[in-house]
Amino acid sequence: MLVYLIRRCLQSVVVLLVMSLIVFVGVYAVGNPIDILISPQADQAEREQAIHALGLDQPMWMQYFVFLRDALHGDLGHSFVHSTSALRLIFERMPATLELATVAMLFAIILGIPLGLWAGLKPESASGRTIMAGSILGFSLPTFWVGLMLIMVFSVMLGWLPSNGRGETVSLFGIPVSFLTLDGWRHLVLPATNLALFNLALMIRLTRAGTREALLQDYVKFARAKGLSNVRVIGVHVLRNILIPIVTVIGLQFGALIAFAIVTESVFAWPGMGKLLVDSINFLDRPVIVAYLLVIVTLFIVINLIVDLLYSALDPRVRLGESRS
Amino acid sequence: MSADPVAVSQGTAPATAPAAPLLAVLGLRTHFFTKAGVVKAVDDVSFTLAAGEVLGLVGESGSGKSMTGYSLMGLIDPPGRVVEGSIRLKGQELTTLPAEKMRALRGDRLAMIFQDPMMTLNPVLRIDHQMTEAILAHRDVGRAAALARAREALVRVGIASPDARLKAYPHQFSGGMRQRVAIAIALLNEPDVIIADEPTTALDVTIQGQILYEVQKLARETGTALIWITHDLSVIAGLADRIFVMYAGKIVEEGTTEDVIDHPAHPYTRGLLDSVPSRNPYGQRLKQIPGMTPSLIALPRGCAFRERCARADAMCEAMPETTAAPSGRAGHVMRCFHPLA
Amino acid sequence: MPVSADGSVTAPAAAAAARAAAESPWRRVAGDFFRNPIATFGAALLCLIVLAAIFAPLISPQDPYDLAQIDVLDGKLPPGSHAGSGNGRFWLGTDDQGRDMLSAIFYGLRISIFVGVSSTVMALVIGLAAGLLAAYVGGRTETFVMRVVDIQLSFPSILIALILIAVLGQGIGKVIAALVTVQWAYYARTVRSAALVERRKEYVEAARCLALSPMRIVFRHLLPNCLPPLIVVATVQVAAAIALEATLSFLGLGLPITEPSLGLLIANGYQYLLSGKYWISFFPGIALLLTIVSINLVADQLRDVLNPRLSR
Repeated sequence: MLVYLIRRCLQSVVVLLVMSLIVFVGVYAVGNPIDILISPQADQAEREQAIHALGLDQPMWMQYFVFLRDALHGDLGHSFVHSTSALRLIFERMPATLELATVAMLFAIILGIPLGLWAGLKPESASGRTIMAGSILGFSLPTFWVGLMLIMVFSVMLGWLPSNGRGETVSLFGIPVSFLTLDGWRHLVLPATNLALFNLALMIRLTRAGTREALLQDYVKFARAKGLSNVRVIGVHVLRNILIPIVTVIGLQFGALIAFAIVTESVFAWPGMGKLLVDSINFLDRPVIVAYLLVIVTLFIVINLIVDLLYSALDPRVRLGESRS
Repeated sequence: MSADPVAVSQGTAPATAPAAPLLAVLGLRTHFFTKAGVVKAVDDVSFTLAAGEVLGLVGESGSGKSMTGYSLMGLIDPPGRVVEGSIRLKGQELTTLPAEKMRALRGDRLAMIFQDPMMTLNPVLRIDHQMTEAILAHRDVGRAAALARAREALVRVGIASPDARLKAYPHQFSGGMRQRVAIAIALLNEPDVIIADEPTTALDVTIQGQILYEVQKLARETGTALIWITHDLSVIAGLADRIFVMYAGKIVEEGTTEDVIDHPAHPYTRGLLDSVPSRNPYGQRLKQIPGMTPSLIALPRGCAFRERCARADAMCEAMPETTAAPSGRAGHVMRCFHPLA
Repeated sequence: MPVSADGSVTAPAAAAAARAAAESPWRRVAGDFFRNPIATFGAALLCLIVLAAIFAPLISPQDPYDLAQIDVLDGKLPPGSHAGSGNGRFWLGTDDQGRDMLSAIFYGLRISIFVGVSSTVMALVIGLAAGLLAAYVGGRTETFVMRVVDIQLSFPSILIALILIAVLGQGIGKVIAALVTVQWAYYARTVRSAALVERRKEYVEAARCLALSPMRIVFRHLLPNCLPPLIVVATVQVAAAIALEATLSFLGLGLPITEPSLGLLIANGYQYLLSGKYWISFFPGIALLLTIVSINLVADQLRDVLNPRLSR
């Protein structure tokens, strides 16, 4: 187990290195690095000075090395717009995004698994068919437009819920969160619903397909032959088996949620790091873009690792320590 | 419920059927209502089973033998359903039993073992869990008592170091071991009847022999009756007291093992016997039954076997009734107009 | 065996297979396709949408981008209003410039569908080439191509598209480039897995031993077997590309205002939504939704028809 963990961490470092190289080449070499790192308002002398100061007159591999060294020290450059450290800016915005993504994922799980289970158990029933039709809609609806429609109905027409911002936040371990106040919840409901929609559809489909497959398995028939109640057959034998792919997808989709929060945050003016990215692209604030990218790659790597660990906990057939090939 | 006199099926002579059979099946029909038509998977099946008796149910794939087993267990899922007939266990009618009462019987009085041991145990649950839940579903005992009983059952089916094995997952067992575990689970509540649906087909020949021997021994010890479903007459020959041969949802021949093996009356039984390798002289070509099992949706009129049968003639376009076999032995009956002498 | 353990009947499948052998494969696909009424509806709707996009200049009540035809005084009129100048009605209302929304939607569909289809076609060609190369050459080339595919597919499409836009800048060509980059990996993966199945078959080995030209092996043997799954993936991807372009345009990072796609129309109406003027965002969204839903319905049915094994 420990060997596995160490190996996985080493792998992660390699992936991160490769990604940093791609980001470096993509953003620093394709674009003009001077434009990225120096304010466009600078004059020629300042530019020359800055080029030298930043080591941009050095060969490419040397520049990458310097970039890496700075990155290791947690220095991913300064934002032009906010004139603070890019990394710091991202970390300030990150809790809002994580909160939104977590609540959205919870919505999707809490609603999606029971609905999918129902549709899987009664695939031919009217309710089962309706659930499936709804999930097709969930896949097809463009997120941003659904966000607008939610605002139209619940904020404008009914006036029940606010359409933008985080609302009142309280500090939890020094991090501002919305979910502990009523006002925060009122602000959270619409964007979280919006963000959850795609995953809700995904959960329904995944649970339904898994349930239908599990029901055909001999172990379900054997469990019934043992005289177990339906609740136990479904709640233990079926659910434990379909939980494995579901947990995997939940983990992987959490990363996707953080990425797709970019859209939802823009619609609902949610002050997370996704909105920061869009603003940064609009203002060509490239250090922030680079920082966002490296942070999100790291996040993805961490999520993948957690998913793998969870997977092995759920599926006894997977022995992490043994997969040494 | 008191054991009222159960109508003995027309084909079963009173001499072999005990006065109050443990299990009496009469005119059982299980149909599947599919879009393509009605599939008569089990079509008028009747038999009785005495306590401690071993019954061989033989037939090709699709002959309805497994569906007969599922019908007894009340495990027929839509679009299928038992449409007619009666199943009485110790006089209690099962076909009209409420779902919850039927559940209480399953795994308690009636147990079932399946064909593929790789598939019957839940891959993500530990053996102890899968065993104790079968006890806790029927007995009001504590977890520790259930665990002790599970351990005892494992010992009984010949599994070494049961304590370690209880804590293991199915993938840590070999195929033969898994089938032993499945048998141990079936034995847990000391049922009256165990229905074994080809439990050795998926196993190595050597393991097959061991399992056969042990199941037979356990059934004798506990007085459990066995319904052994198989397509392989050679498997059942040394095990069963009586053999029922099924074809296209109907029992086409039944009798004691000796009668059916040594004096087969139905051409289909003969065909099955001829295709068993060990019964044929070395170097001689195995005989195969020509053709395939017919589709149960579009069964030919009359005897379902006639299109594959060398002895068939115009007479066979009517369905033969169950009559005494030419052997003249009590209880040896078949459905054929042109039986082998 | 007519009845399997779960009681399902396999006989009709066998009958269907026998029938399929008798007919031409494309006729069979078409026949099976239109057996499903919902899919038929989806296909009909999609045809209507595509026709509306193609013939937008002919069927639109006005040219929404001809300044001579629009009047700011007609701005933000609700659906069904009469034009101030007296000629015609705005069935779906007008935007802030007094533009007829119905006409704007027809023109927007044109751009959205053009971007979606052209990026899909380009990605298809690139992905097909990469996938076939990987499957046919094998070895390190395969490992490299598939590793790139895996890494790319582990990141959400929106993220990759946004980063590309950030690096490349905006414009219709760049948006298409971003969409192509996002999509090619799906095709490469699909093609490779389909081609691999085929490559393992003995006749490909035999063809190699006979020293048939690689091109012949690839195009006569590998390619035809990749087509059914590829068609399904491509259909889904057209919808995905249209949705992604709309999202990028909505975020203001996609098409320029000179190329007003549906996403841009929706973004344009966003600011008026809060004051209750819903139609500027609502109707383009409905058009976008209908387009995506109809494509998905067609794709769903294609998947069932082209690959009976891959049942949902």
